[in-house]
Amino acid sequence: MNTTVESSEIFVPAREPKTYLTEGRTLKSWLLTTDHKRIGLLYLYSLLVYFTIAAIAAALMRLELITPAGDMVTSETYNKLFTIHGTLMVWFFLIPSIPAVLGNFVIPMMIGARDVAFPRLNLLSWYIFNIGGSLALYSVLFGGVDTGWTFYTPYSSTYANSHVIAMAAGIFIAGFGTILTGLNFIITIHKLRAPGMTWFRMPLFLWSMYSTSVIMVLATPVLAMTLALMSIERIWGVGVFDPKLGGDPVLFQHLFWFYSHPAVYIMILPGMGVVSELITCFSRKQIFGYHFVAFASVAIAVLGFLVWGHHMFVAGESIYAGIVFSFLSYMVSVPSAIKVFNWTMTLYRGSISFETPMLYALGFIGLFTVGGLTGLFLAAVGLDVHVTDTYFVVAHFHYIMVGGMVTAFMGGLHYWWPKITGRMYPEKLGQLAALIMYIGFNLTFFPQFILGYLGMPRRYHAYAPEFQIYNVMSSAGASILGVGYLLPLIYFIWSLKHGKKAPANPWNATGLEWQTTSPPPKHNFKETPVVTGPPYQYSAEETEIALHKPAKEQRAAS
Amino acid sequence: MNNPPTALQDQFVEMPQQKEAATLGMWTFLATEVLFFGAMFMSYITYRTAYPRAFALASHHTILLFGTINTAILLTSSLTMALAVQAAKESNSRWLFRFLVATVLFGVAFLGVKGLEYHQDIADHLWPGPHFKSGLPPEAQIFWVLYWIMTGVHALHVTVGIVLLSIMALMARRQKFSGAYYTPVENSGLYWHFVDVIWIFLYPLLYLIHRYAA
Repeated sequence: MNTTVESSEIFVPAREPKTYLTEGRTLKSWLLTTDHKRIGLLYLYSLLVYFTIAAIAAALMRLELITPAGDMVTSETYNKLFTIHGTLMVWFFLIPSIPAVLGNFVIPMMIGARDVAFPRLNLLSWYIFNIGGSLALYSVLFGGVDTGWTFYTPYSSTYANSHVIAMAAGIFIAGFGTILTGLNFIITIHKLRAPGMTWFRMPLFLWSMYSTSVIMVLATPVLAMTLALMSIERIWGVGVFDPKLGGDPVLFQHLFWFYSHPAVYIMILPGMGVVSELITCFSRKQIFGYHFVAFASVAIAVLGFLVWGHHMFVAGESIYAGIVFSFLSYMVSVPSAIKVFNWTMTLYRGSISFETPMLYALGFIGLFTVGGLTGLFLAAVGLDVHVTDTYFVVAHFHYIMVGGMVTAFMGGLHYWWPKITGRMYPEKLGQLAALIMYIGFNLTFFPQFILGYLGMPRRYHAYAPEFQIYNVMSSAGASILGVGYLLPLIYFIWSLKHGKKAPANPWNATGLEWQTTSPPPKHNFKETPVVTGPPYQYSAEETEIALHKPAKEQRAAS
Repeated sequence: MNNPPTALQDQFVEMPQQKEAATLGMWTFLATEVLFFGAMFMSYITYRTAYPRAFALASHHTILLFGTINTAILLTSSLTMALAVQAAKESNSRWLFRFLVATVLFGVAFLGVKGLEYHQDIADHLWPGPHFKSGLPPEAQIFWVLYWIMTGVHALHVTVGIVLLSIMALMARRQKFSGAYYTPVENSGLYWHFVDVIWIFLYPLLYLIHRYAA
């Protein structure tokens, strides 16, 4: 159902209805669009820019770390590299990744709506985000920032000799884009659900996006004010956090992590939502324990607000606070584990097939579990004292953010690619890329757990020679990972022209977004759909047969 | 703006849904605002707990008269705002316009008084930095940093509110609102009350610490 470029420009044939992509072809029709699907794509393009720059910074770091001596870049440059990598990846790639790209694209369709609740605000979010992004890029181009993505005071406010203000202002502004996106999603999910789409008939992606949006709305403003206070101290030299002037630098850390720990859940909950969609679709089964998975998202969002203190076990926080925060951090593992167990139970005796999105989903479960379990190591006060600020921490959060969120983003992008573009990506290449990414990722980051446990601190460009072997492994893995990212970029672009035309529902998936054409028309549906049952009604007979077939026959069939 | 504001927009099915969405949107936005101010209140609590004496002494230099007048002005403006919403509900555009203008004027008066107060504060060397008033404990500067930031951000919100309500007043004049459609007035009102409530917290925290105890 795709209107291709070859079709006559003057006569639009009646049986090729207009899609959201052909509604207007001018640049203006894109830059002034209020269509949630187009805005999702606008985000995708801008994220690609930020991701590429941040990835180049990472590549340079991994190059430097091949040898123990600091021989490629100076320590100042290295500081700037990890700051660029951290700030851009966190605020300009990961936080908007699944929410702003896939969320924007599919949330309204999943609930059977024509658009988000505030379409113009949605477009405004994209502009605000990119104004912030431009400021961040300005600070990168004109000298960089060397504070690390955490902007700890008093270094950032007093001593750092780099473009702290421009970067902080960029993040401050981009934050309001995030807030408005979150606000839009909350209202959309509350008010625009199609008839019959009750809360417990919503696909689990929506539950996770709802929880994410609540975090965006309630945590991001605290970051904005915290960065503003830091900037005020830097610009006017007045005391807010500077101990010389009576201020308390640990207060900055409290405020910063009051945002940034919940933000970690902005960077994983959407991934969990995508994986719930993928696991059910490619094992042809109803999700196991729908309510538990749904409420686990809410529980993670709520508990996520209560654990920030575990970032300050060694920063002068009282031991009693440490114990409480340690306990609360353990609590978060309960809803996270519920999700992992339920996905596993969904796989159990499902008729699993290994299309590319499913490979990513399975990869996610494994990598997230490793990331989550090592998070428990870090939540234990005693062990955390040993590994604070080492590569163990770096490896842990990369397992969550890259192994978890980026993997889920890639899975979701492949899954919805036919819907977004009306074209199929090449399946074999897709599977290959997923595999390369998985191998590359583990080779990059698993050695870092060992490095950290042996005591290699993070954020240094030179290190003791005995750590070299693990660093070489890690850098080698990074180059494999790089290939894993480039490959999809190439075949996705290739597929736009040469990919097989996608049917409306290539995966035979449930979910309203698959009920409309690929790509969908401007307002998503010809007529408002009516929902009559729970989600994930994967054909009962299909599963039934799979269950009752003798094991041998099943294996032969697959 | 493709549609007249009273029209049903594409993404909604019926008017009540559109109104509920707008109102819920405003409440969600205010939740964001609470947390935005929350970071400042948290800093205030932390430092006041750490330096109770310095804060009490520093607070004595705030100008109680101006603060009190402003509290009265802002509370009254919330009354006129509420009356404006009521007038809108009753399709009384004449009184809607008048009450909106009154609210805007109260807002401007608030900023005027605040300006006079700032002027006096600066004359009293209460701007933190090397020329800060001598004789106060060093931590008193933190109180004054927070004073300037908190009242400054609040004044910024008042300014936004004044702009917002002026637009509402213009629209009211052009008969854009009626008992069937006055969501923008109601939502601007919510925002204005929020700004008022923030001041209700700022006033005692900044002006009234141990005012009569020391």
